[in-house]
Amino acid sequence: MSVQTTDYTVSEIRSPAAFVGSRVFIYGALVFWSFVCLFPIYWTITTSFKSAVDVTQGHLIPFVDFQPDWKGWRSLGLSPDSISQTSTVRDEFLKRFMNSVITSVGASSLAIIIGSLAAYGLTRYRYHFAWFKNEDISFFFLSQLILPPVVLALPFLVLYREVALLDTRIGLVLLYTLMVLPIVIWIMRDQFNSIPVELEEAALVDGLSIWGAFFRIVMPIALPGMVAAFILAMVLCWNEYFFAALLTSTDAKTIPVMVASQTGSQGINWWSMAALATAAIAPLAIIGIALERYLIMGMTAGSVK
Amino acid sequence: MADQTSTANAWPANSTPADLIPPGRKRLGWALMIAGTLVLLATIVMQILYKTEVDTIGFYTWRPVVYAYVLWGVALGAWQVLTRGEDGQRALFLLPALLFTIAMVIFPTLFGFYIALTDWNLSSFAGRKFNGLDNFWQMLGDPYYRNALFNMVLYVLAVLVEYVIAFALALLLNAQIRARKFFRVVFLLPLMLSPVAVSWMVGKSLMEYRFGPAATLARHLGWGNPAFFSDPITARISIMVLDAWTFIPFMMIMLLAGLQAMSREVIEAARVDGATTWQTFWQVTFPLMLPVSVTAVILRIIFKLKLADIIITVTSGGPGGATDSVSSFIYREYRDRSNVGYGTMLAMIYLIIIVVFVTWLLKFANRFVRNVN
Repeated sequence: MSVQTTDYTVSEIRSPAAFVGSRVFIYGALVFWSFVCLFPIYWTITTSFKSAVDVTQGHLIPFVDFQPDWKGWRSLGLSPDSISQTSTVRDEFLKRFMNSVITSVGASSLAIIIGSLAAYGLTRYRYHFAWFKNEDISFFFLSQLILPPVVLALPFLVLYREVALLDTRIGLVLLYTLMVLPIVIWIMRDQFNSIPVELEEAALVDGLSIWGAFFRIVMPIALPGMVAAFILAMVLCWNEYFFAALLTSTDAKTIPVMVASQTGSQGINWWSMAALATAAIAPLAIIGIALERYLIMGMTAGSVK
Repeated sequence: MADQTSTANAWPANSTPADLIPPGRKRLGWALMIAGTLVLLATIVMQILYKTEVDTIGFYTWRPVVYAYVLWGVALGAWQVLTRGEDGQRALFLLPALLFTIAMVIFPTLFGFYIALTDWNLSSFAGRKFNGLDNFWQMLGDPYYRNALFNMVLYVLAVLVEYVIAFALALLLNAQIRARKFFRVVFLLPLMLSPVAVSWMVGKSLMEYRFGPAATLARHLGWGNPAFFSDPITARISIMVLDAWTFIPFMMIMLLAGLQAMSREVIEAARVDGATTWQTFWQVTFPLMLPVSVTAVILRIIFKLKLADIIITVTSGGPGGATDSVSSFIYREYRDRSNVGYGTMLAMIYLIIIVVFVTWLLKFANRFVRNVN
């Protein structure tokens, strides 16, 4: 054992110089990639405080290169001096923002509810729907992940017009639910598989019905998984652009569509554009930083055995 | 479909046998089911008659059919519970998701195949006209669609580069470092941010030819003419970079989880045997990580095949359709020309290609993993 230990230390720290070298390389790479990840965000946020000249001259550092100003936020009606005044742009922005909140929260909730139920059923009971067994049903759900949005987009455009769901939030909620359902089922199946069946058997012996056992015993244990699935679904729905761009026009337009449609006729207002982009990414950045643990849990569900 | 529904019992222990259910309850269940089906059928028939102008009673939109379908779903659930007791309650777990997915996928896809066979331009007054395989022949001669398909091949190949970077980052995060949590959050951030907002800011201002910092940096590095989106090859690479920026964290997190689940003893044993870091990686870490890697790469490819939003926002497919993905091409086919029939045909062919490709990929990956381990 002692021989191994010395051997290990020798190979780990060959020489102080090599050790320092590898440290420098590792931290250098980490800092470099942090820069790659953060710089676009930094650029977006700072640009919302720049005037036209500062943008076109490529000024980077506030207070040194340029004097920050609430320009971008004022054009959205969200700066300190314009927040109390009425602003049509702000009303428009808030409407889009609420559309995004409602569609993404609504779709994620709906997907969690029906997805958890289905995942629970699939992990605990055996079904035969005609010649379909459990594996086939699971595959049916998961295979929806492959379906590209573009395949459904045009038929939905026509169908939604027929059922008067075009340009409505309900319409988007239904589509987004469909989009995240496979992921939710994937994560929740993993969750329920990790909960021992004995718990529910005991609950059934104690006189609970199977739905009672599900709500009173299983749900509380599976809650972290549900949160993980919910957050992942939130991220996907909030950022979705394709369906929103095709299926909404005035009423149900979401934030990404508003961002993408800012290329006005008289050139681009970088500052207002940047303020809008900042507002579009801020909610998820905050959620992401606060609940990073759950996001990682959701993304790694089922991938590592 | 409803008549074929039957559930077998996983726990024979405490379920109510079907014959213990009082006949009155059973009859109620059947009555509900039949009533629900009749309402649904009646609504559909009424709408068809109204729309084909045989009849004047009906609704302006098809919305009532949706409500009737929901009602029918509820009746189906009630029928299951009432007639089959606990087995029915079990079926109830699966039914909502199943009915939802069938309504949202199967029906629109079938409808899509029908639209694909029509000449239908929403902006013309002619309306829908069945034209058989005309769209298909037109597609075969469409150089832009071929180009979009070719671009998809390139974009999918770019996943390999993303994989290498993601693996390197996962190794970095798995090394003995301080502030691991901080770096993990920072590396994860790009995945959470709206690709449209970020690619707009990055593609249109950060990489702007005249003043964008990226262009300035490129000039300093000796590239005299840093136009990121004007010639086809650079434009494609720029799109790949923008997309990679968003999705590298996704693969990174999966690979990191794989690395953390790996037992340390194996690596230490290799070290003890005198293997260098390089050898340890290639002969121990990499083969052990292969299953996770394959999952990560396949999931990433599936997401890549849907690529559209970045292209639509940043280049709109330009220059001259060079950066188009299939999705963005079809999007513009609809947005600019309202050509629903042709666009749908393109989408359906793409769906078939994807299904074949992904099936092959899964088979190939399975065999690959088995052969190596």
